[in-house]
Amino acid sequence: MSTITDPEQGGFRISMLLYDTRYRSITIQIIALIGFLLALGWLIGNAAQNLAALGKPLNFSFLGDTSGYDINQRLIEYNSQMTHGRAAVVGLLNTLLVAVLGCITATVIGVIIGVLRLSKNWIIAKIMTVYIETFRNVPVLLWIIMTMAIFIEVFPKPSDFRGADAVASMKLFESVAVTNRGIFIPSPIFGSGSMAVIAVFILSIVGIFVFGRWAHKRQDETGQILPTFWIKLAIFFVPSIIVFYVLGQPISLEYPVLKGFNFKGGFHMRNSLIALWFALSLYTAAFIAETVRSGIQAVSKGQTEAAAALGLRPGRITSLVVLPQALRVIIPPMISQYMNLTKNSSLAIAVGYMDITGTLGGVTLNQTGREMESLMILMAIYLTISLTISTVMNVYNERVKLRER
Amino acid sequence: MKKSVFIGTLAAASVTAGLAAAGTLDDVKAAGELKCGVSTGVVGFAAADANGVWDGFDVAVCRSVAAAVLGDGNKVKFVPTTGKTRFTALASGEVDMLARNTTWTYSRDIDLKFDFVGVNYYDGQGFMAPKALGVASAKDLDGATVCIQTGTTTELNLADFFRSNNISYEPVPIETNSEAQAQYLAGACDVFTTDASGLAATRATFEKPDDHVVLPEIISKEPLGPLVRHGDNQWGDVVRWTLNALISAEELGITSANVDKLAAAAGNNPEVNRMLGTEGDLGAMLGLDKSWAHRAIAVNGNYGELFEKNIGEATPVGLARGLNAQWTDGGLIYSPPFR
Amino acid sequence: MSNVSYVRTVMLQEQAPPASQAGIVKWLRENMFSNIPNSILSIAALWAIYYVLNDVLPWAFQSSWNAKSLGECRSVIAAAYGEGASGACWAVINDRFLQLVFGFYPSELYWRPIVAFVLMFAAIAPVLFDGLPRKMLRFTMIYPFFAFWLLWGGSLWVPLMIIAGFVLGYLAFGVVSKMASSLVGMIAAVLVPILWWLFLAGDVATMLQSIIPLSIEAVSSSNFGGFMLSITIGVIGIALSLPIGIVLALGRQSDLMIVKVICVGFIEFIRGVPLITLLFVASTLLNYFMPPGTNFDLILRVIIMVTLFASAYMAEVIRGGLAALPKGQYEGADSLGLDFWQSTRLIIMPQALKISIPNIVSSFIGLFKDTTLVSIIGLLDPIGLSTNIRANQEWNGVIWELYGFIALVFWVFCFSMSRYSMYLERKLQTGH
Repeated sequence: MSTITDPEQGGFRISMLLYDTRYRSITIQIIALIGFLLALGWLIGNAAQNLAALGKPLNFSFLGDTSGYDINQRLIEYNSQMTHGRAAVVGLLNTLLVAVLGCITATVIGVIIGVLRLSKNWIIAKIMTVYIETFRNVPVLLWIIMTMAIFIEVFPKPSDFRGADAVASMKLFESVAVTNRGIFIPSPIFGSGSMAVIAVFILSIVGIFVFGRWAHKRQDETGQILPTFWIKLAIFFVPSIIVFYVLGQPISLEYPVLKGFNFKGGFHMRNSLIALWFALSLYTAAFIAETVRSGIQAVSKGQTEAAAALGLRPGRITSLVVLPQALRVIIPPMISQYMNLTKNSSLAIAVGYMDITGTLGGVTLNQTGREMESLMILMAIYLTISLTISTVMNVYNERVKLRER
Repeated sequence: MKKSVFIGTLAAASVTAGLAAAGTLDDVKAAGELKCGVSTGVVGFAAADANGVWDGFDVAVCRSVAAAVLGDGNKVKFVPTTGKTRFTALASGEVDMLARNTTWTYSRDIDLKFDFVGVNYYDGQGFMAPKALGVASAKDLDGATVCIQTGTTTELNLADFFRSNNISYEPVPIETNSEAQAQYLAGACDVFTTDASGLAATRATFEKPDDHVVLPEIISKEPLGPLVRHGDNQWGDVVRWTLNALISAEELGITSANVDKLAAAAGNNPEVNRMLGTEGDLGAMLGLDKSWAHRAIAVNGNYGELFEKNIGEATPVGLARGLNAQWTDGGLIYSPPFR
Repeated sequence: MSNVSYVRTVMLQEQAPPASQAGIVKWLRENMFSNIPNSILSIAALWAIYYVLNDVLPWAFQSSWNAKSLGECRSVIAAAYGEGASGACWAVINDRFLQLVFGFYPSELYWRPIVAFVLMFAAIAPVLFDGLPRKMLRFTMIYPFFAFWLLWGGSLWVPLMIIAGFVLGYLAFGVVSKMASSLVGMIAAVLVPILWWLFLAGDVATMLQSIIPLSIEAVSSSNFGGFMLSITIGVIGIALSLPIGIVLALGRQSDLMIVKVICVGFIEFIRGVPLITLLFVASTLLNYFMPPGTNFDLILRVIIMVTLFASAYMAEVIRGGLAALPKGQYEGADSLGLDFWQSTRLIIMPQALKISIPNIVSSFIGLFKDTTLVSIIGLLDPIGLSTNIRANQEWNGVIWELYGFIALVFWVFCFSMSRYSMYLERKLQTGH
């Protein structure tokens, strides 16, 4: 701001703090800082006084106490004799699990729907519009609750699988059981020699990258294009399968079987996880689809036409010209959708999925009565996750920014 | 009385800071309204009808206290609380007392700094299972899926029970009772566990109650009672002795029907006379007037009447007195004497 | 010699195009069956639609609207459509409609929220439609206080005294900035109303009330529920967040380091945590941050936290509006010799707000949907009420009807608002 003429030379006067733009900004800042600190101090002072009056000053030692409750889904070992801190970690891992799964499926569904919405097929485009408008305009909490209700009311209970005249049966060659307690799928059992198979598998993935580089270089030098997709596919499958059979099938599957009250064996994907995962994915996918659509539409038609004029086939136009440019527009809002999905996963308590809000902000908070400490940690954790995601986004934005000349 | 919301809050910041030093009893009298924390809805214990009028066994305690202190059982503001919010609501002064099937435990009494003033219902945690499951005892539940309501002592008891019996289980934590019920009926869990009174109430609402059994094991002690903040003994005494008055009234045969007559003139039972204020002045010691107990009983009746009206065998909840009979009938309900 | 001509002299009648190239057939060919993959997709889509409708439509229409309990409703449906017919028990909506809309608000006072709701449209009309006279904006300014009074009731003097605070602040700004600098004026404009509200307003309102009683029956906020609660929280949240959001956005753009850090810190903090944790703060912690002995009811605490939440998002929306404004506008304002506040008030903000309106509407949609989260902390919004209704013996077991109805109402609200914001966006795009 330069609305003032040359400042007069001379000594400093108090009134310059108010009238001289050079000093005024400092005055404003100091006043703002004082006001802010006063307000903050007032809040903290009140809290300290209140907590002291209740006899529970800020103290995080409860995290080391025995929790006393069980959690059904745990990615690390945990039982009721372990600490509240451990329970919080179990919850955090559950949050991250559903967030990662949700982001992946939301992206897949969202991209498919976003592309199909631009389809020339009238009915498909209309259905996708209906999908997007339906999911976007109804609260996500309602979707989560309804998905859970569908799982509970529609799918058969384990006892329906029992007996000769069972009403329900297992799907996919008797390997998958879809019940209203969740989905039971076979889990791998690693026998001796399985390490070799896994090693070969990892090596072939490395091989794919090496091959990809080589093919790229070859194309640059000779101009010949190899059918890379099929070769990569072959590298991916063939060596591992050969080793698998040569070593006498060291990896086998454990199938779920109905035993006692419930299915035993295999992976148990609880319906709380599936319901939350599905609902969050479908809801977020509607937003991602809109992002994808606007991203594709943002690429000007001239780009496509120019590429076609160069003689590129439609597939290559999409992958080499349209997508790279569309991604620049799509990715930033997409990442903020990932952030929303992660934050929305805190609604897990509505379906009894024990995420960090359910353990630390739920049972632990209730049992210990340490609201202040629990919520502080809870918010700090979510804040860390969000800030990490937004840092990644900023780095990406910086990298793909159009370098305008 | 509530003048405003907006200014009230801002003004409260400065004005009520001075009030906090005064006792809860004076606050309630000054406000002309008792703020009572209840649950968000448990059949028979606390539920609001379509007009928003609260009724139930726990609610009745609030109304009696309001009648004793303010002279009108309707001068209560009911604040629905969840398992999570109930203790902070009480600790922060949002409510003056909590009458919300809350279990009296050591850590709640000592660590959370509350005073349980008595027990109005002796409960215990049990299991309900469909008959078709063919389970006779909770010890047969190895590998079972168990629906529990979170935010209560229930999940801790459950973990302890299965650990001490060395059997495995799969907990399904659920926020609300109606949700738990839906999952149980759909077969998403094998058994449903909560306080035995809750099981009975829930079972009563089923289409075919006879298809479900309550297993014989009671795995915990759940003395439920009203509670107040620690440190305000005068207020604690008011709530404690209001509850005791209800209990004594049943023992001494004072009912809502005859209380007016008994309070009109001194009779020949000195304890009844002392309680109803026709002899001596026990009320003054509490900081209330002579006829406080009379009003507390008149508003809804004595303990037995409350029980029968809200959760007794004639109601859909259909609970037997059991442990909650008067000590003279072999139960645990016992009030210290009014002397 | 006859005149043989190979040129037709009489025009033939124009013929209809071949059946395959006209009307619905052509349309179908082009839009649904242009090639094999498309045909497969179309057929799959048609089958999916049929499959869904085949299940849903009979259920939705073989229904009963009049019954007092689920059992009665089932028997009515069985009687009407034959044994085993599964139909929707819309009777539960019929039975509890008023409760789902108004919660436990006293039924004889239903007119108050209805009037407040209708007047809301009058209040936002001048903001949304350019054609209306600017004077209507005055009503928009007064409306929040009036709506507050209508909803909660009590003495009219209370909202009047709050307005008086703003007037005092404005006067203080005028007087002090003449005497000292405009900076001191700003400080006075903030301090005077705060002091007024804190120490005087309550007493003055009580005093005036005792002299000239002007009040309607007070309704406690614990009686609020249903869609009325959602709308109340959503509208108050967005209305209060607008001024806070403007201040935060300006702070974030400002050159003043400390102010900027404070604003960015606040915005990023709020945006980084889920709303549900903020609601937990409202339900369990907020009282701790107030002086000992203070407490105010849960709905008010929720409104405070929701407002803070919405202001952080609002700040970002307005920042977007500020950033979209051409630099020439800032420079033009400077060149006219306007100081910061003048240029912000007269040049920058009116334009920035105008281009932000579509996004403000979008963030209102988001906030309105998020109000359902209050059911988790025990408030009786539509979802909370649905649990409550199902806890009732008569309606134990009703699931889809309630959720379906709630979802439909939310959908209608949100969809129409989103269409409106899209319309605005288009209008603004062609506007220059």
